Amino acid sequence: MNNLQVRIWRGTEEGGFQDFEVPRQESQTVLDVVTYVQRKCDPTLAYRFACRVGVCGSCAMTVNGVSRWTCRTHVSKVAADDRLEIAPLRNLPVVKDLVTDMREFFDKWARARGSFSGSTTRKEAFARVEPQSKERRRVDAGIECIGCGVCYSACDVVSWNRDYLGPAALNRAWTLINDVRDVARAERLAAVAGDAGCHACHTHLSCTERCPKGLSPTAGIAGLKRAVLAATFSGEI
Amino acid sequence: MNNRAQVLLWGAQRVSAMVLGACVAVHLVTMIYAVRSGLSAAEILGRTQGSPGWFAFYTLFVVAVAIHAPIGLRTIIGETLNWRGRGPDVLAGVIGLGLAAWGLRAVFAVFGGGGA
Repeated sequence: MNNLQVRIWRGTEEGGFQDFEVPRQESQTVLDVVTYVQRKCDPTLAYRFACRVGVCGSCAMTVNGVSRWTCRTHVSKVAADDRLEIAPLRNLPVVKDLVTDMREFFDKWARARGSFSGSTTRKEAFARVEPQSKERRRVDAGIECIGCGVCYSACDVVSWNRDYLGPAALNRAWTLINDVRDVARAERLAAVAGDAGCHACHTHLSCTERCPKGLSPTAGIAGLKRAVLAATFSGEI
Repeated sequence: MNNRAQVLLWGAQRVSAMVLGACVAVHLVTMIYAVRSGLSAAEILGRTQGSPGWFAFYTLFVVAVAIHAPIGLRTIIGETLNWRGRGPDVLAGVIGLGLAAWGLRAVFAVFGGGGA
């Protein structure tokens, strides 16, 4: 097998790509390649990973221009000509090399009121939610997000409007809007309204195309747009 | 501009887009029909002037354009020039008023009672 020609981003916001040559192996993932470079070529290379099997979402990077989980991306699928360009996620400040500062991403979850607000205590009975109800099915469609940041990196609107909450935060808000136990509906709809919220989405579908979990934040954002408009007319917000 | 106003702008742009979708289709079909039939400008004006139905249709068309275009332009200005706030809001409003004024002037000239 040929060696892989790998270019990896080095530095912070300022920096450049550094070239490495990595032996090609069977069933090799992009994370395997990055790990090889750090262990065999340059131990100062910074990158993030944890589970290596697509559960934690911490190894997301930009591979040949596309945001992906590197642990679940086989080299054979993305490097037909044995060339890889590996960069940090887009739309986030770079701490070092392939490591981004995720604070802005998670701060926006908080701004979108991405935390559950209940009205009961542990002493009360469990809420009974019909699995086939419209609300529960909407929640199911978006609940598997693990906050990897791939959608945020893939979103052009985030790069054009730094205040935009982004697909993941809005998807989270949509699941809570449809959670019949939640009591902060009006505050959440107000938080996601307007030019920095769901109405900034252009429906490019990049988030839906790139989501490794196969979710559609675009669908949730469309639901939020309608819900916010209805709440505006009804005086709820 | 507060969030409520931004949401209403979004709603206005969606509704005006639906109106425009229908108006553009009718406009294109009518225009092609007029040209294929070999009508001169004078003959077209002779048929359009004093027609209340076409006057109402093109008034609606112009109003939809005057609402839709500046709202989109405001977003484009924000996203491409990173210029947001009162400045582009006022500019978009002025452009909307200009489109309405020029468009309605044309409507009166083509569909009004006595010509321009």
